[in-house]
Amino acid sequence: MAANPLPTPDSGVPPPRPAAPRLSPWEIVQLARHPQRPKAPDFIFHLVRDFTELHGDRLFRDDPALLAGIGWFEDQPVAVIGPYKGRDTKENLAHNFGMPNPEGYRKALRVMKLAEKYGYPVLSFIDTPAAFPGDEAEERGQAQAIAQNIMEMSTLHTPILVVITGEGGSGGALAMGVGDAVLMLQYAIYTVIPPEGCAAILWRDVSRAKEAAEALRLTAWDLTGLGIIDEIIPEPEGGAHQDPDAATAAVREALGRHLQAVKDVPIDRLLDLRYEKYRRMGRQMESLARG
Amino acid sequence: MSPWLRKPKYAALQRREMPGGLWAKCPRCKNLIYQKELERNLQVCPKCGYHHRLSATDRIAVTLDPGSFVEFDAGLTSVDPLGFTDYPEKLEEARRRTGRAEAAFTGMGALDGFRTIVAALDFFFMGGSMGSVVGEKVARAAERALEQRLPLIIFSASGGARMQEGALSLMQLAKTSAAVARLHAERLPYISVMCDPTTGGVTASFAFLGDVILAEPGALIGFAGRRVIEQTIGRRLPEDFQTAEFCREHGLIDMIVPRDQLRPQLSRLLRFFGAPRVALEEPA
Repeated sequence: MAANPLPTPDSGVPPPRPAAPRLSPWEIVQLARHPQRPKAPDFIFHLVRDFTELHGDRLFRDDPALLAGIGWFEDQPVAVIGPYKGRDTKENLAHNFGMPNPEGYRKALRVMKLAEKYGYPVLSFIDTPAAFPGDEAEERGQAQAIAQNIMEMSTLHTPILVVITGEGGSGGALAMGVGDAVLMLQYAIYTVIPPEGCAAILWRDVSRAKEAAEALRLTAWDLTGLGIIDEIIPEPEGGAHQDPDAATAAVREALGRHLQAVKDVPIDRLLDLRYEKYRRMGRQMESLARG
Repeated sequence: MSPWLRKPKYAALQRREMPGGLWAKCPRCKNLIYQKELERNLQVCPKCGYHHRLSATDRIAVTLDPGSFVEFDAGLTSVDPLGFTDYPEKLEEARRRTGRAEAAFTGMGALDGFRTIVAALDFFFMGGSMGSVVGEKVARAAERALEQRLPLIIFSASGGARMQEGALSLMQLAKTSAAVARLHAERLPYISVMCDPTTGGVTASFAFLGDVILAEPGALIGFAGRRVIEQTIGRRLPEDFQTAEFCREHGLIDMIVPRDQLRPQLSRLLRFFGAPRVALEEPA
């Protein structure tokens, strides 16, 4: 069941959903975290023409773990956000392993508000292990920053398209992940807790992360079945890092199609659809109320 | 003592694993306290002021006008959407131990005569964790507040998102925050009260989105766990890290309110934000 109630325009037919993988969830976790995998900034730099980076949250500082800016997607001015995961240790240290602090989320929100002002769509590329678990992050309101983004994105008066390209790590990912369409690369993951953390809590044994990866249902196929993501973007044989150009092209095609679908929907209708989409998420049983 | 402090008849305070049920040991000052005295004192240690955790039912009982509460959505129960190891057993155990169907208790009632929608999370039910049902109940509570143009008060006590429902739990952050956004858009008051503990996904959604944010003294409030942070930064954290007092000092919450002051404080806020009085609300 697709989560997205938006119509598919005649101009584009979504590609058939990739066949269920022969890889185990744990192998998919490894692919999602592969050092050579194209990161959110790679997609941004390749897909967004004339990209201009914007800096700072205007409150505290510029968070190098989060990339935000403006540019053109095809013929459409857009605002873009994405965590900055590095490809090697040096880059990772410079960008805090793609784990934003509150000022990162606040910068993202500032740039999204800028897009809203002009009615430009927001493109969000997600690849983050988590929001940074640091003492200063807590002091500056990590939870508040994430909550604020989630709430503001639910009512942002402009289209939001989200692509989970690698790791979608919990609240830190959702803080950039509320949108009209949420797409996911074939070997990306999206989870409420990293498998290692889950194993540590459940079995007090991090080495059982593999089991946790299966239990959490964090693959694109699982999440499509749960109505959480709208489309799986196929990856080249062996994963996106085997052919980054092909992966980028697939993301471009999918984004173009979804952008077309949201562009002509009146904004009030789009916001109602966005609300209903998240409103429906969850599974429960309901008997006639006692009280 | 004002009349609301008396134990309401409709929801008796539970006695939790106290030796003999007569005496309770304060986890902070280690003094033995006569159970009845603790109850009279709203489960606050009369010796050191430690605020014992309240179940959701007790929270409603000590907060609302006696007899005013009507529960919503009591028939909502959790399923096991992922087929997660031991989840049905854990749910069953939590239901048996608490006598509740889920970790959220929601409804409508009156507080000092002001009609309000209330939600309380129950830390004794799987750590107050938010899965589909908790998210759904909170969202419905917000939507009822919207429909009936009433204020919303949420008492949070939660370890965060419920791991056993995977990303469905994560999506409850979006569902509840979107519902709260509608209250703000419609200029309806939403007051968040953080109780011990309020952490993880609940802080990263509705708990930090109130017009006014209150906390009980000493409550643990934070996003990431202490141990994870200590491992990440390679340092021990100070004792008061992520307490209500720490949060107020860092500008994250508005005020710390001792339990016996909570009702008058909420009443003042409801009056200020123009909450309707029960009498005016009764159908003709």
